[in-house]
Order: sequence, then C-alpha cells, then structure tokens
Amino acid sequence: MELIREALIQMAQLVLLLLLAPGLTGFVRSVKAKLLRRKGPPIRQPYRDLLKLIRKEVVLAENASWVYRVAPYVIFATTLIAASLVPTFATGLLFSPAADLIAIVALLGTARFALALAGLDIGTSFGGIGSSREMMIASLAEPAMLMIVFTLSLLAGSTQLWMVATFLQGPDVGLRVSLAMAVVALIMVAIAENARIPVDNPATHLELTMIHEAMILEYSGRHLAVIEAAASLKLLLYFSLIGCVFMPWGLAAVGQGFTAYAVGLGTYVAKLAACGFLLAVFETGTAKMRVFRVSDFLGAALMLGLLAALLLFVSQTT
Amino acid sequence: MALTVLLLCAGAWLATSVVALAAARRSTATSLVYALALVVGAVALGAALDALIYSSDSIRAAVLPIGLPWLGAHFRLDALSALFLVVVNLGGLTASLYGLGYGRHEQAPGRVLPFFPAFLAGMNLVVLADDAFTFLLTWEFMSLASWALVMAHHRQPGNAKAGYIYLLMASFGTLALLLAFGLLAGPAGGYAFDAIRDSEPAAGMSAAVLALALIGAGSKSGLVPLHVWLPLAHPAAPSHVSALMSGVMTKVAVYGFVRIVFDLLGPPEWWWGAVVLTLGGISAVLGVLYALMQHDLKRLLAYHTVENIGIIFIGLGLALAFRANDMQVGAALALTAALFHVFNHSLFKSLLFYGAGAVLGATGERDMERLGGLIHRMPLTAIAFLAGSTAISALPPFNGFVSEWLTFQAVLLSPHFPQWVLKFIVPAVGAMLALSAALAAGCFVKAFGATFLGRARTAAAQRARETDALSLAAMFLLVLLCLAAGILPGYFMDALAPVSQQLFDARLQPQHLHAWLTIVPVLESRSSYNGLLLFVMIAGAAWLAAWVIHRGASHALRRAPAWDCGFPDANPATQYTAGSFAQPIRRVFGSVVFRAREHVYMPPPGQMQPARMHVHMRDLAWDTLYAPLDVLVGFAADRFNRVQWWTIRAYLSLVFGSVVVLLLVLAIWN
Amino acid sequence: MDHLALDVAHFLAGGLVLVSFMLLYQDRMFGLLNIFALHALVVSLSVAWQAHIQLAPYLYITAAIALVVKAIIIPVALHHIVLRLGIHRTIETVVGIGQTMLAGIGLVALSIMVMLPITAEAGTLTREDLAFSLSVILLGLLMMISRRNAVSQVIGFMSIENGLILAATAAKGMPLVVEISVAFSIIVALTVVGIFLFRIRERFDTMDVHALERFRGGQP
Repeated sequence: MELIREALIQMAQLVLLLLLAPGLTGFVRSVKAKLLRRKGPPIRQPYRDLLKLIRKEVVLAENASWVYRVAPYVIFATTLIAASLVPTFATGLLFSPAADLIAIVALLGTARFALALAGLDIGTSFGGIGSSREMMIASLAEPAMLMIVFTLSLLAGSTQLWMVATFLQGPDVGLRVSLAMAVVALIMVAIAENARIPVDNPATHLELTMIHEAMILEYSGRHLAVIEAAASLKLLLYFSLIGCVFMPWGLAAVGQGFTAYAVGLGTYVAKLAACGFLLAVFETGTAKMRVFRVSDFLGAALMLGLLAALLLFVSQTT
Repeated sequence: MALTVLLLCAGAWLATSVVALAAARRSTATSLVYALALVVGAVALGAALDALIYSSDSIRAAVLPIGLPWLGAHFRLDALSALFLVVVNLGGLTASLYGLGYGRHEQAPGRVLPFFPAFLAGMNLVVLADDAFTFLLTWEFMSLASWALVMAHHRQPGNAKAGYIYLLMASFGTLALLLAFGLLAGPAGGYAFDAIRDSEPAAGMSAAVLALALIGAGSKSGLVPLHVWLPLAHPAAPSHVSALMSGVMTKVAVYGFVRIVFDLLGPPEWWWGAVVLTLGGISAVLGVLYALMQHDLKRLLAYHTVENIGIIFIGLGLALAFRANDMQVGAALALTAALFHVFNHSLFKSLLFYGAGAVLGATGERDMERLGGLIHRMPLTAIAFLAGSTAISALPPFNGFVSEWLTFQAVLLSPHFPQWVLKFIVPAVGAMLALSAALAAGCFVKAFGATFLGRARTAAAQRARETDALSLAAMFLLVLLCLAAGILPGYFMDALAPVSQQLFDARLQPQHLHAWLTIVPVLESRSSYNGLLLFVMIAGAAWLAAWVIHRGASHALRRAPAWDCGFPDANPATQYTAGSFAQPIRRVFGSVVFRAREHVYMPPPGQMQPARMHVHMRDLAWDTLYAPLDVLVGFAADRFNRVQWWTIRAYLSLVFGSVVVLLLVLAIWN
Repeated sequence: MDHLALDVAHFLAGGLVLVSFMLLYQDRMFGLLNIFALHALVVSLSVAWQAHIQLAPYLYITAAIALVVKAIIIPVALHHIVLRLGIHRTIETVVGIGQTMLAGIGLVALSIMVMLPITAEAGTLTREDLAFSLSVILLGLLMMISRRNAVSQVIGFMSIENGLILAATAAKGMPLVVEISVAFSIIVALTVVGIFLFRIRERFDTMDVHALERFRGGQP
C-alpha cells in the first residue's frame, strides 16, 4: 500500500514536472517582457515551440558523430531524473533513496558533460567557445553547490533531500547565518547554472557573449526541442530546490491526506511563480558581466558556501 | 593454499622473464611472453579473489629460506594484501591481454618483454612481503623493473631525463622507507612485521616514521610535492606499462603506506590525519590543474594519477583522524571509500592509458593538438575512452562517482571531531575535493573532445585505423568492470569490509542486503545511493523520450554542412584546441598556481609573419623545492670536489681526525 | 535568554561578517558606499537587539548614533565627495578578488580558532559575537591593504570601527561616554579624510594612494 502510494506520488511528480517546465520558462519570459513594456509572447509559447520543433526534420552537420545525436536524450534523461528526485509538492517519493543531494548535483554534472562534448563534436569554433566557458563556470559552480549541500547536510545531519526539507520545516532551525549564506550562494549558483543574466543571456545570439547557446548552435529539430526541454527542466529543478529547502512550507509529508497534497500543489505553484517573478525582475535590472568577471561571481559563491560550512563545523560544539 | 599459488605465480613470472631474455629475438616471443603472463595473471587473480572473498578471516603466512640467513623471507596473505593483490593482478591481467595486441607495434621488444613479467612479479611480492628486508628488496626490484621499462625507448627525446629523475626519486623514496623500517624495528632489530606489530613505538619516533612513510610511499605514488617524476616517467613507458605504473604501481605505494601507518605503527594521533588530509587535498587540486594545462594525452593522464592519489589520501587521512578519535563507523567508511577509490582508479586509469595507447599506435601522436575526429576512425576505442572519461570525472552511473561520494559522506561525518584544527581542515579539504571533481570533468571534456571529437587536425589523425581486437577486449573488459562497480557498488563494498575489519576491528553494515541494492553507508535517513536504479531510470527515460519522439513526431534527418553562424567549411585549424579549451580555466586558476603569463606578439601591419602567443608557466614545486636543492647539491659537490686534490697526508689526517672525534664522542656518550 | 533572542543576535552578527565579505567583493565605488551603509545598518540593528535583550537602554543611543552617522551621513558625504571629485568609479585591487576572499575565509577561520577556545567560560552569544567581531576587524584590515583607492581604505577603516562596536556591545562593557567620543572621533576622521582626499586629488590628479609612495624620502 505504502509502495503504491509512493509510486503514485513519484509518477504524479514526473508528469507535473514535464507539464510545468516549459510553462515556467514562458512565464519568466512573459514577465520580463511586461517589465520592459513589451507585449511579449504568451506563456504557452514554449509548448508551441517544442511541438513545432519535434515535428521538424533534423539537419545534422556532416561531421556529427553519434555523440551528437545521443547527447540530447542523455541530457534530457539525466535532468529529468534529477528533477524528479527533488521534492516538489510532497515528500515520500518512491525513488528518493536512489540519490541524495550530492548525487543529484552529480547527475546534473553528467548532463553538462554530455552537453559540453556535443559542443565540441562538430568541430566549429563556436561550439568550442561554449564548451570551454561552460566547463570553466562549472568548475566553480559545482564546488559551490557541493558546499551548499555540505551546509545543509551538516544542519540536518543528512544529505537526503526529504530529510533536509523535514528538518528545515521543524522548530529547531532558527535563524542561522549559515543558512543565509547558503541561500545567497544557491541563488548565485542557480543563476550561473541556468545561463541567466548576469552570467549568460538566454536570449542572446551575439556570438562573443553566448555560452549555453553557443554549445547548441548547430542543433535543430527534435534534438533542439529535447535540449530546450531539458533547460526548462533544469530551471524548474533549481526553483524546486530553493522552494523545497528554503521555503519548505506546505510540503505534504508522508501519510497525510488528500487536502495536504492539494495544499502542497498550490503552494508549489505559488513558490514557482514567486521565484520566476523575482528572477525576471532581477534579470531586467542587471547587466551581463564580462566572462572573466564570472569567475569572481562564482568564486564568491564558493567562498560563501565554504564560510557557511565552516561556521557550522565550528558551531557543532558551541 | 592461496599464498602458495601466489608465490608460485611470482616464480612463474620470473621464469617467463628468463624465457623472454632467451627468446627476445624470435618473432613469436611477444605473443608467448604476454600469453604466459596472462595465464599466470589469471591464476594469481583467482587466488587473490579467493583469499579476499571466501577466506578473508584466515591469515596465511610462510617463511622461505632465502634472503638474510637469520631472518628468511617472510610472506603473508591477509585481507589487506589480498585486496591489493586483486588490484595488482587485475591490472596485470588486462595489461597482458592488451600487450598481446599492442606489443606487436613495439620496435624494441627485447627492451620490454623481459621486464614486463618481472615487474608483475615484483609488485606481487611487495604486497606479500611480511618482513622489512623482503619488503624493501622487492620494492626496489619493482622500481628497477619499472625503470627499465621507462627506459625502453631511451632514444626518444626526454625519456633519458625522465628515467634519470625517476631513478633518483625512487632511490630517495626507498631510502626513506629503509629509515622508517629501521626506526620501526628499533635497536633490537626485529625486522619481521610480526615483531614490529608487537613492539611499542616511542611517541616521537612514530611521528618520524609517519613522515618517512609519507616521503617513501608518497614519492612512489605521486603525492605533491614529490610528484615531479611521475608525469615524466609514466608516459615514457609503452602504454600498457604506463597503465600498470599509473593504475597499479601507485596503488602498491598506497599499500606500503597503509601497511606501515595503519598496521605496523600502532594507534594513530589525530594530527596524522590532519597532515595526510592536507597533503591529499593539495595533491587532488594541483594534480588536476596540472593535468588541465597539458596537451600531451599520456602526460595528462599521468597528472590525473596525482589527483586521484590525492583523493585516496584524503580518505586515508580521514580514516586516521576518525580512528584517533575512536569513531569506528567513520573510520570504516573513510577507509572503505579510499580503498574503493584505489580499486576504481586502477580500473579507469588502466582503461584510459590503453585508449591513449591505441591512439598512439594508430596515429603515432600523443599531442592532442594534432589529433581530432578519431571517433569516426576508431569508434570502439572512442566508446571505451568515453566510458573511462566519465568514470574518472566522477559522474554517475560510473564507479568513480561512488567512491568520491563515499569520501564526501566520510567528510560529512566529521564535524564532531574535538580538535579545532581538524574542524577547519576538513571542510576546506571537502571544498578541494569538490573542486578537483569539477575540474576533472572539464579536463576530460577537453581530452576526449580534442582527441576524438571535431575534425582531424593532421593527416595522421585522418588516416587512423581502429586498433586490434585483443586491445579492444582488454579495454571493454575494464569498461564492464567500471560500469559494474558503478551500478552494483554494494557487492564491491562488501568485499572491502574484511580489510576494515582487519585494520580497525569495525566494518560498514553489509550492503547487498538492502532493498534494490541501494548502498547505505551509515543510516538510510542520512544518505543512500542506488547506481542500478539511476542507470535503469536514465537509460529508460532516454530511450522512452527517443522512442516517443521518433514514433510520434518525426524521425527525418538530413545531413548538411555545419552552420557555424554562417561560416561553414572552415579550416580544421579553426576548431577549439586543447589549449584554447583550457584557457578560461588557466586564466581563473593558473595565474596564481602556475604564475601563468601570456605574451602575445602581433606583427606590425603590412608584415606577413604570423601572430604568436606564448604562455609561460612555472611549476612552483619545482621552483621552490627542487631547484634550490639542485643548487645546493651542486654547491656542495663543488666544495667536496676539492677533496680530490688533497695530498696523502691530508687524507690521512682526515681519517685520523675522524677516528679521534668518534672516540671522543663515544667517551662523552658513556 | 530564549532561543529566538539568541538566534536573531547570531544572525545579525553573522550577517555583519557576510556584509564585510560583500565589501571585499564589491569593485564599484557607489556599490561600495551602499554596502557600507548596509554594514552600518546591520551593526546598528545588532546593537539595538543587544540593547533589547540585555535590557540596556543606553545601547539604543549607540545604535542610533551608528545608524545616523555611519549609515546615513558618512555614505552620503562620501557619495558627495566622489561626485565632486569625479573619481574613477572602479576600484583597483592589488590582488584578485578571489584570492582576497580566500584570504578572508582564512582570517575568519583564524579568528574563530583564536576566540572560541579562549572564551570557553563566557556565554555562547558573547563568544560568537567576539569571534565575529574579530573577523570583521580583520576583514576591514584586509580591505585596507588590498585596495589601492583611498576611498575604499576609508571604508575599510570604518568597517573596523563597526567591528569594534560589535565586540564592545557583546562584551557588555562599553560605557556611553566612550561610544559618543568614538562617534565624534569618527566624524573628525571623516573630516580629515575628506580634506586629505581633496588634497591628494588636487596634487596628484588621482585617488590611487600608490601615487603618494613616490614622494617618500629615503627610498630608491
């Protein structure tokens, strides 16, 4: 019985993620357009784009190898699996013992590895620029993310995300300065990982500044659709993570009734909307940095994460 | 039984060496020697596995009447040595298999064949040795055999220097170990390990032994700052020997460290852990940063050995710190993580060196800037190399991730250390571990991308042909093992449990009993990981997505020239190279770590010379440690040189003076 | 002392360290001034909270002084000076920001390592506050030595003063008279610095204190 219930929640979450992800991207774009006094495309535009793209023929560069054709599906699958392990509206997911927070970070690393290889596969200079810069960013963002994981797991005594969420819902958290540092660092990492302003511009096609777009420059048709979907999923994943860890309100716990799940779902959508709105406001108010300023930005995130972990290590005995 | 088999195997390898000496000129010698080594290796692997898994609680010992007359040669097989024998012989087995195919390219088989089986025998005997004399003798034998293999292609530029530095560092390391054993044996001179275990070392002495063991084993395994020889010597050898040296011999050095510090030296102090952790963390980060700056494929792999040895030493340092604070679960976890990484690294490092060897054999190039596009010409090698790259970059679902994950879990168990210094070092080392994992992924995107992806940069790369079936068999055997250790880590961790039982009297809970083969180091509410489930889910989701899209939407595909923002058909030289790939990372980290400086030369307008960019990098370890040492040795040698022109009378007075001084010392001492 | 009171005090003191790091990270002049205002704001909040939990009303005056003088008057004045002088708006660092922050982490670790063991008898809050305030002081010193620009050196100096206030309130020892005289000395310091800035600007046409070093006697 318990198993069936967990499996149902897991399936519901998987479907929810797939349905919501493009909508979230559309929402952020539309808020940004409104803030710029533009009319902007409707929220459903990303769904239409995806449907259009998967029906189109793929134009593949002559030199492309199998890596190039397999990579989109690997990226999509790893991102989807990673996202499905982050509690969104309820804890008690069937597969949550399969991967803790460290493994989720590493799964995103696998996706990035595949994407960076795909960027190098055609043998053009733009793909190389993208891959090279992406790995430079990752070399700082991933340790920063792991230091955030350290901070959380030192507080909660666990790297399991549902345990962390349950702990942070509980009464013995209090206002910890380490948590404040961790949330700042997590937001910085999320911005960098999702190729948002000020690190990268998701809407740019100016060759010298693009990172994510440079890697996927040669993709078309269904491959592009799958990669775009994975990018939306990743944004959703980071929002879910911020929501689940730093705004754990309303998360339905194991064994609660139907209303709890309905409340969980409602608050989840509200959290996403809030995060999306803030992201849009932030992006509108900021200018993109130079590429080599990014290392300072992410270095600061890494230092914050390290400082947060250090303070916790120290306060374990005080 | 198993011990006898293993000793006989060592004998058989030595006999094979003799056969190889005799038959080196024959054309069949290569196949014969590698086939013999392969068969013996399979038998030895079977014996070691049997000892590790089925009868790990029994300890077998034997004394052979060779060596020092009053001591004999002691040999012993316990769980620790059984584990390392599995690592050694698995590496030996695949290297022999690979050698069967790859050895045919060898121009000077007479310089490789006799030493290869001897090298295997040496490594086995080091792990089996149970007294200081046998240990040092076989250790030196192993070093010399590998040195001979490094010098196999001594006429190639750079190899002679590599061999020279290797010989110096190896003798230096052995000297340190000799002193360590001297201190351990004490004035009574009990050189058998049993006698050493029973004796109580003095407090100041165990610190000295730790330092000497770190120097001796650290110089062999490539711990920073004793790593300088490694990236020179490992790539110089033929590729399957490089694999053995990087993947296996460094592990024998780790074995030496574990044997001395964990087994012989008695209960540890907490600061030992701090020292080992710090060295490990520094090695991990510097190793991967050095690797990122390389464009020679084999040297890049050798620098990654430095990184992975660092990760192993982080685990060992944590284990020492836990042990010193009587935290048994943490000690068992950290040791299991370190040993699992020993096993994993031996798998994927061998695999990657075989891949590099296949590339070298097919193109004659080690320089990544002259390769490219090999995935079209060597598809199977590319798959194997990609699997190895994923594994070494610590990405799930491969095995490298599991052991690094276990190390992270051990780090997370450690905030309860009472010592302040450890409280600060451990999170910093955790950050270094994370940094090195992320940089390793970048490094292998570069290595795989520059070598196998893109377009061929030279004619040699364009003409490459897939390597032979036996080499591929060796590589795919390792790919399967990497995947197996990644998705079924529970079984492998259970096999490691006897070792922590032996050393710490504590073990992790049995892993294969958990539902769905999840691994749970401590508590399920604390952390768990299931590689099998992740693998199945990723494969399932990817396949399902592809199937749905191909069935439901479109599977049309058209080949066309690359778009490249409207500039198709550019010269292959316009691709990103390995150097340009690493440039952002060099700018972020290199300016501090390597004092990297870029000099750009732009010819004035109207002149036809090419613009040039030079990057100057300096090795700080070399500059601060070795260069002054070199100056000092030169200075001392110059001074002592004058002694040669003394008269007989001066020599005699020197001897007389020393005798008088020694007698005086003796008189005062008593 | 109840749980919440402790948490808020910890949060504010830790937040001050965080803001000190933001000062180190910032490389734009006006951003630096705004963050310094934030620094002073956090200090005054922290002091006010201490006044609340220690039931020491005179600390409210300290908080008010910090708020008015350092969160409002000084940043506005410096803003004005920067505008008047047309100072170059980016701050040149001697070493890179990443290294400076790494050094900063080391300093925080050092101050915790020094403070916590030697204050073992004191209350948790006092110990943490002392450790944090030492960190703030050291970070301020770091900022002064790692920046070439005179304005950022002034700000580093003032952040040190904020750290001192935090330490003094945590140790429950600073009389009001001392605080008021410190506040006045800060204003005097600002005046002196203002004149100093005008003077070096006038003489050397730059804010880079490096320019001053050429005029020191006795050096090659």
